[in-house]
Amino acid sequence: MSAQVHHAEPGIFQKYFWSTDHKIIAMQYLFTGMAMGLVGGYLAYVFRMQLAFPDRYVPGFGIVTPGKYNSLVTMHGSIMIFWVAMPVLIAAFGNFLIPLMIGCDDMAFPRINRLSYQIFLLSALVLISSFLVKGGAFGGAWTAYPPLSAVGAYNLTPLGATLWLVAVALEFVAFLLGGINFTVTLMNSRAPGMKMFDIPIVVWMIVLASVIFMASVGPLIAGAVLLLFDQTLSTGFYDPSRGGDPLLWQHLFWFFGHPEVYVVLLPAMGIVAEILAVFARKKLFGYKTILYTAWATGILSFVVWAHHQFVAGIDPRMANIFSVTTLLISIPIAEMVFLYIATLYGGSIHLDTPMLWALGFIAEFMIGGVTGIFLGSAGTDIYLHDTYFVIAHFHYTFVPIAIISVFGGLTFWYPKMFGRMLNETLGKIHFWGTVIAFNVIFIPLFMTGVAGDQRRVYSYAQFAEQARPALQHLRMTSTFALLALLSFQLLFLFNFFWSLRNGKRAEANPWRSNTLEWTVASPPPHGNFAELPTVYRGPYEYGLPGRTDDYWPQNVPE
Amino acid sequence: MNTRPIANTRSVTGIPSARLITWWVIASEIVIFGGLLVIYVMHRLGHPEWQASAAHTNTWAGGFNTFVLLTSSLCAVLAHKAADAQDGPRAAKLLRLTSLGGAVFLIVKAFEWSRDIQEGFVLSSGGFWSFYYTLAGLHGLHVLAGMVILLLVAADAAKNQELQRVECIGLYWHFVDIVWIFLFPLLYIAK
Amino acid sequence: MSAEPHVHHPNYVKIWAILVALLLVSMLGSMSGIRWVVLVAAFGVAVVKAFLVAKNFMHINVEKRWVPYLLATCLLFMVILFAAVAPDVMKHSGRNWENNAAKQSVESGSHNAAPKHE
Repeated sequence: MSAQVHHAEPGIFQKYFWSTDHKIIAMQYLFTGMAMGLVGGYLAYVFRMQLAFPDRYVPGFGIVTPGKYNSLVTMHGSIMIFWVAMPVLIAAFGNFLIPLMIGCDDMAFPRINRLSYQIFLLSALVLISSFLVKGGAFGGAWTAYPPLSAVGAYNLTPLGATLWLVAVALEFVAFLLGGINFTVTLMNSRAPGMKMFDIPIVVWMIVLASVIFMASVGPLIAGAVLLLFDQTLSTGFYDPSRGGDPLLWQHLFWFFGHPEVYVVLLPAMGIVAEILAVFARKKLFGYKTILYTAWATGILSFVVWAHHQFVAGIDPRMANIFSVTTLLISIPIAEMVFLYIATLYGGSIHLDTPMLWALGFIAEFMIGGVTGIFLGSAGTDIYLHDTYFVIAHFHYTFVPIAIISVFGGLTFWYPKMFGRMLNETLGKIHFWGTVIAFNVIFIPLFMTGVAGDQRRVYSYAQFAEQARPALQHLRMTSTFALLALLSFQLLFLFNFFWSLRNGKRAEANPWRSNTLEWTVASPPPHGNFAELPTVYRGPYEYGLPGRTDDYWPQNVPE
Repeated sequence: MNTRPIANTRSVTGIPSARLITWWVIASEIVIFGGLLVIYVMHRLGHPEWQASAAHTNTWAGGFNTFVLLTSSLCAVLAHKAADAQDGPRAAKLLRLTSLGGAVFLIVKAFEWSRDIQEGFVLSSGGFWSFYYTLAGLHGLHVLAGMVILLLVAADAAKNQELQRVECIGLYWHFVDIVWIFLFPLLYIAK
Repeated sequence: MSAEPHVHHPNYVKIWAILVALLLVSMLGSMSGIRWVVLVAAFGVAVVKAFLVAKNFMHINVEKRWVPYLLATCLLFMVILFAAVAPDVMKHSGRNWENNAAKQSVESGSHNAAPKHE
C-alpha cells in the first residue's frame, strides 16, 4: 500500500532537500542542530578565553570588547537552547523515531513537516546573518529584557536585536507546526494494537514536550510582537517613560521560559529511559508513574516561572507563592530519577557507550537539580541571583539535557539511522573525556558564584571590587577544562563521520531491543514497514523469566 | 502528487487527522491571542483615562464588521453542510463567499484606519492606540491568512476533492470570528 | 475519506439571525450610558455569541470531550497569566516602586474625562 509512492527515482534535490520523508527531515534538523552546536561551542570558547585572560587577544577571534562579550554570551545561550537543544532533541529525534516507534509510514502531515524544517532553516539563517550586520549580533542576553533589548542605543546592536527577534519568532512557528504534527500523528496513526500505555516513553515525552511548548509560547509570541514594535515602530509597550512596563516582558518571557526547560528535559529523560531499559535488560520501572509524573511536571511548570524574577521587584507575596511551587516541582522530577534507578536495580547492566551516557545523565542532572533548590527559594536566591552559581546550576541541567542525553540517543540510534555501528572504544573515550571535563568546567563556577562572581561582566579586571584575583585560578581552570571538552568532541565528530562509511554494518536489531524501529532494516526504507505491524504488548518486556530470549519485541504475537 | 501516507488516514482517536490538527492549531492560537488580550485588559483596567482615546473608534464600522464576520461564518458552516452532502461545487461557492466577507472586513478596516491615521492616531501614539492597532492588526493578519486558505480549499472542493478540508478551514474561520466577537466590545463598545 | 455526516445540522440561518440580533442588543446597550448595562451588553453578549458559534457552527458539543477540555485548559492558563502578572502591570505602585509615567497619564486623563469615568 505504501510501496507505490514515486514514479521515477527522485533526484538529489528532491531526495535530500525537498523530501517529505520524516527520516530525511530528521537528518536535516540533526545536522543543522549539530552545526549550530559547533557555533555555540565556539562562542563559549571565545568568552571563556576572555574571562580567563581578560583583554588579551583570543586566537581565532580577536579582542573581546564589552559589546562583543555581550553578543557572545547572548548568542551562545540563544543558539544552544533554540537552535541546538530543541531541534536535536525534539525535531530530530521526534521526526526520526515517532513514526517508526508507533508503527506507521510517516507523519500524519508530511508536507507540513517539510515546511516546519524550512521555516526552521530560515530562522537559523536569519540568526547567522545577524553576525554579519552593522553592530553585530544581538547583545541583550538571551532573555532580551527591555529597555536594553528595545533601544538600540542601549544594546549597541539595533539591527542584530531585530534580526534575533525575527529569528526566534520563526523558530517558534517552526516548532509549533512540527509539534502539532507530532501530536496528531501520535494520537491518530498508531499501529493496531498499540494502546496508550504501549507507547514507548520517549515518544510520549516528545509529544508532551510539544504540547507544553504550544501552550506556553503564545503569550511570548504576543510579547515579542510588542517588543518588535518597540524596537522598530516607536511604540512604548515596555518603556517606563511612556507608561509601559519592562516587568511585563519578564513575565511573558518566563511564562514561556520555564515550561521551556521542561520542554527540553522531558525528551532527554525519555531517551535515557529507553536506553536504561535496553541496557539493563529490565522492564522500565513504573511506566505509568513516569508518564503521570511527566504530565504533572508539565502542568506544574506553568506556575513556577517567577522564580526567575525574585529580585526584579515583583510583589513579594508572589515570590512567596512561586518559591513554594518551585520547590514542589523538584519532587516529581526526583521521583522520575528514583524510578530510573529502580529500573537499574537488579538489572543485567551492559556498559556500552549509550548506557554510559544514560548513567552520566542521571548523575549530572541530579547535581543540577539539587543546586536548583537554592535558587528556587527566594531567600537564598536573592544572594545567588546573577552569580555564576546560577550559570553552573543551569549548565548542570542543560548539558545533561542537550549534550549528554543527545550523545546517548545518537550512539544508541546511530545504527538504525545510518546502518553502521559506531566505534565503541572511541565512544567510551569520548564519554569520559566529555563528562570529566564538563565537571571541571562548572564546579569551579559554583565556587566562584558563591563567592560572588557576577554574570554577564566582560572583565573583572575593570571592576576593582569584583576582581578578586585569588579566584582567577578557578576561572582559568574552567576555561582550560572547556578547551579539553571541545577537543574531545573532535573524537566524536571523527567517529560519527568515519563510521558512516567504514563502521561495521548494522543489523536490524543490534541492541536486542523491543521497540518497533528495530524490526526494520538499518536504515529503514522509504515507507518504513513493508507491512504495517500489529502490536501485542508494551515496549519494556525485558528479562522475563521462563522465556528463552531476554527480550520480547512488541510486534511478535507470541 | 496526492501520495497520502497511511499515517494520515488512520484515526485511533476517531477524529480525522485533518480536524484534529485544526483543533490543535486553534488551541495554540488561543494562547497567542489570549496572551495579547490579557495584556491589553490589564493595561486597560489600569488606565481608565484611555476611555477618552477609545471614544474615537468608530462603533458603526466595528459593528458592521462584526455583522460581516458573522455572516461569513454562516457561509462557512453552510459550506461545511454542503461538503457533508458531498456537494463540492456548492461548498466551493460558499467558501468563496466566506472569503469575500473577509475581504469586506479588511476593506472597511482600511477605511476606518485611514480615518484614524488622518486624525493623528497611529501605532506609536501610545497608550490605547498602540494596543488598538496591534490587536486589530494581528487579528487582521489572521483574517487575511484565512481568506487565502479558504480560496485554496475552495479550488479543490469545486472539483469535489479534499472535501474534509472544508470543515477544517471553517473551524479556523469561526475561531477568527470568535476572537473578533471579543475584540469588538473591548475596542468599540465597552471602551 | 472523512466526510461522514457526523453532525445533525441545525438551522444555521436561524442561529445567524440570533447572533445578529444579539449584536444589535450589545450596540444599543452600549449607547445607554449606564455602566453596568454597557458592560453586560458588551461582554455578556460576547460570551453568549461565542458559545453559540462554538456550539452550533464549530460543533464543539458533539466533538470528543477532551477537545473542549483542551481549549478550556488553554483559557485557564490565560486566567493564571492575568492573575500573576496584573499586580505588577495593572497597578501603578507597589512596595518600593512606582510607575510615574503611567500615574501621570491617569492623572491628566482623569482631569479631561467625562464625569462618569471611575
